Parts: sequence; structure tokens; C-alpha cells
Amino acid sequence: MAKNQKSLSSVFMNGIITENPTLRLVLGTCPTLATTTSAINALGMGAAATFVLIGSNTVISLLRNIIPDKVRIPAFIAVICTFVTIVQMVMQAFLPSLYESLGMFIPLIVVNCIILARAEAFASKNGVLASAVDGLGMGLGFTLAITVMGIIRELIGNGTVFGINLLGAGYEPMLLMVLAPGGFLVFGGVLAVANLITARAEKKKKDEKGVIHA
Amino acid sequence: MKLYLSTAPHIRSEQNTQSLMRDVIIALLPTTAAGIFFFGLSAAMVIALSVVSCVLFEYLWQRITKQPIRISDLSAAVTGLILGLNLPSTAPWWMPVIGALFAIVVTKQLFGGIGDNFLNPALVARAVLLASWPARMTGATAYAIPTMWSGADAVTSATPLAGYEASTMDLFLGNIPGTIGEVCKAAILLGLVYMLVRKVITWRIPVVFLAVFAVLSLLVGENPVVELLSGGVLFGAVFMATDYTTSPMTPNGQYLYAALCGVLVCVIRNFGAYPEGVTYAILIGNIVTPLLDKYSRPKLYGKPKKEKKEAKANG
Repeated sequence: MAKNQKSLSSVFMNGIITENPTLRLVLGTCPTLATTTSAINALGMGAAATFVLIGSNTVISLLRNIIPDKVRIPAFIAVICTFVTIVQMVMQAFLPSLYESLGMFIPLIVVNCIILARAEAFASKNGVLASAVDGLGMGLGFTLAITVMGIIRELIGNGTVFGINLLGAGYEPMLLMVLAPGGFLVFGGVLAVANLITARAEKKKKDEKGVIHA
Repeated sequence: MKLYLSTAPHIRSEQNTQSLMRDVIIALLPTTAAGIFFFGLSAAMVIALSVVSCVLFEYLWQRITKQPIRISDLSAAVTGLILGLNLPSTAPWWMPVIGALFAIVVTKQLFGGIGDNFLNPALVARAVLLASWPARMTGATAYAIPTMWSGADAVTSATPLAGYEASTMDLFLGNIPGTIGEVCKAAILLGLVYMLVRKVITWRIPVVFLAVFAVLSLLVGENPVVELLSGGVLFGAVFMATDYTTSPMTPNGQYLYAALCGVLVCVIRNFGAYPEGVTYAILIGNIVTPLLDKYSRPKLYGKPKKEKKEAKANG
């Protein structure tokens, strides 16, 4: 138990950097490709998924000793559905325009594999606090990654970021970037950069170790 | 003296990438000249920008990634030339540059450089530009009516596929609105003959492509001659479908590939949302190429059947 408490910050950073769901685990690619057409859509999707992740991780962790192993997946899904429905209703009431533009992808958070993966791999095996922190870390990691993609796609494909025109009236937006191929292209590019940074960091670590040994 | 040791068979050939690419450039010269003749200085600018940026991007990429610089094999120049010929003469300066970036960096170098790209770089660039700036690539104001250096301001119009009226002779000689390279069919045919004589390409892909397309056009009730002389089907069949890297190696594969391209162009033109479908037809052909190569491998002469089955069971 002591070990768990000690590593709360590492559980949190795990979701953002070492096991970033979008860039390192490549999970949840469907919302990643579909909702990054603009920065605000991506941020909205990220926030919704983060809320669901924290909620479902907490509840599933609380129920982890009660849920029979054989029916755990349907039980997880029922918990996740509850939180998705809450998000859907709140968003429809208070952010109708975001609700309209995300449309089908709000109910589809139910089948977002990041959420089910964290329930199965983390919440069903760890304590409540650690599970909630894991949900927060994973959610923020997802939000960060897709918001960066949303900013890139909106800037090139529409000349704006969060609706603010940055490139002037003379800029002719590159429509491809807000269409499906743009999603794949930017996703590939961001993944490549993330891999490059990771590889550099690992090499640096190795080199430092080497220096110590020498 | 340096001695090279290698196992048999020792095939000697004067051909290399550079000589093949030089032949392709020579074959493209009549088309380029005709394009500049019909559309004037702006066409020359688009082509020059496209070639220069393709070669520059190839050089920069190889420099940055610390690879040997291979721009002297002329393959980037050919890509640039074909890309330039695929653009309207009204294209602003940044269109060939962005096209070159997608052709050379994204399509060619990211997949491993010359010989490893699975799609034709110039065609991907055209498809990217087409999807990004449709008004500049296909709209009614995208294509200029040939001015032939008369000094008159360029007037834009729809292409023959989208309603421009032209005689068969004008279609053949190129006195029509269209992309710089696609208009003059006479020049394209001249290039085809040169490449066939120099054995840069075989007759299989262009002839089967165009024949299947013509027959199918006739079946759907179009005039095959007008269809062949309109749009980019001739340019595509001769210069883009025949790209070594992205077309099948085996003869049977080439027949199938060419026929598929012909069918797709006809289907997109007559039943699709776009007036022209050569770009997408050839790109789809490119994607199927590895599969065609796999299933059209010729049988080895004298190889017993039994051994083949055994190899399959073992492998």
C-alpha cells in the first residue's frame, strides 16, 4: 500500500508522458481523428473523456471486489455509460454549440478504448485514489495530445485557432487538413515527433548512465 | 584499379536511373513546350517553380537526414516536371511549392526515397492540391483559355469535360483550357513514341489503359475519340501510370493494372461527382500494384509442380 501512495505522482505523469494514450499507446484513435477538426472540438472531447475517465475509474475501483470476474466487461460498460450520459446531458444543456459539433462522438465515448483499457488494466486492480489520479492523468494526456492536433489542423485548414484568426484574410485555408486525410497526416506527424522526442530522451539517459559508469 | 566481384549472371547495360530519367524528361519536352506555347509565361513559371522546389526539397531532405545526395539521378526533376504539367497555368506561386513538399517529402522520402514510395509522388501532390483548393484546381475560373502569347489578358473557362465546346482538332492540338501538360495530345503522343523507341516503357500500360477506357466509354454511350482527347487521360496513361515504382513488374500484372485504371477513369467521369478521374484512378491502381505483382508472378519454366506445393507447405 505504501508503495502505491508513493507513486501517485508517477501514476499521474504516466498518463501524460510515459504512457500517453494517444501518442504512446495509440488508443482512442477514432475520436482522435474525428474530433480534431478544430481546437475547441478537440478540447471539448478531451474534457468530456477526462470526466468520464475519472468517474468510471473511481467507481470501478470502489466496486472492484464486488464485480464477478466473468461479467466484468458488461459491468464496466454500464458504469462508463452512466458517466457518458451525464456528460451528454450537461453538455447539451450548457454548451449546445459544442454538443452540436461533436454530435455522434459524445455517445461514442462509451466505446473509447482508453476508458475501457484503464478500467480493465488499472481501476480493477488498484485503490480508489490511485485510480482517480490515473483517470486524471490519462484524461489530461489524451486532451493534451488531441488539442495539439486540433490546433495544427485548425490553423492550417481554417487559418484560425480557437476561432481566432491568426493568419490574416489573405491566407487561403488548406481544406485537406480539416478533411479526413488531414487527420491521418497530422496524427502521423505528431506521432513521429513524439517518437523522436522519446528516442532522444532515452538515448540521453543511456549516455548519462554511460558517463557515470565510465 | 578497382575490381568488382559478383556472381553470375553478369548483365551489362548502359542504362541507369539518370539515363532513364533523362529520357523521360526528353519525352516530356514537347508537352512542356506546347503548354508554354498555349498558356504563355505563367505556365513556364509554374513548371519552373515546381521543378526547382522538388529538387530543392529532395536535396534538403537528404542533407538533413544525412543521406547521400542523389538529386543528380534526375528523379526529383521528373517528379517536378510532371507535377508542374499537372497544374493549371493560373496556379499561384505557392501551389507548386506545397505540391512539391507533399510529392518529395511526404510521399517519396518518408516512405524510403526513390523506389520505395507506394504512390506516384506527383499524383499525390495533385490529389492534395485538388482536395485543398478545389476552386483553384477545378473551378470554372481555374483554367485559362490559351492565349498563345498574344498579349491578351487570360480568360478562364471550364474544361471540355465540364462543358467547354471545342472541335476534335482543337482537342488534339491542345487549343483548349486545361492543365498545362494535358492539353496537347499531339505532343503527348510524340513523347510516347520516343519512350517506346528508347524502350523506357513498354506499350502494355498506356495502350491497354486507353483501349479499355475507350471501349467502356463507347459502351456507356460517349464518343470514345472525344473522351480520349479530353482531360488528362492521355497524359496520365503515358507519363503517370507508367511510373516504374508504382506500377506492376509482371506483364500480366501490368495488363490488369492498366485495365483497372481505364475502368476507373470511365466510371469516375460518368458516374462520379468529379468531371475528371485520372488522378484517383491511377492512385487506386498504385495501391493495388503490390497485390497484382504477388498474384501475377509468372511460372518458372521447367519447375515441377510438386516442388511448388512442397515449398508452399514448408513456407
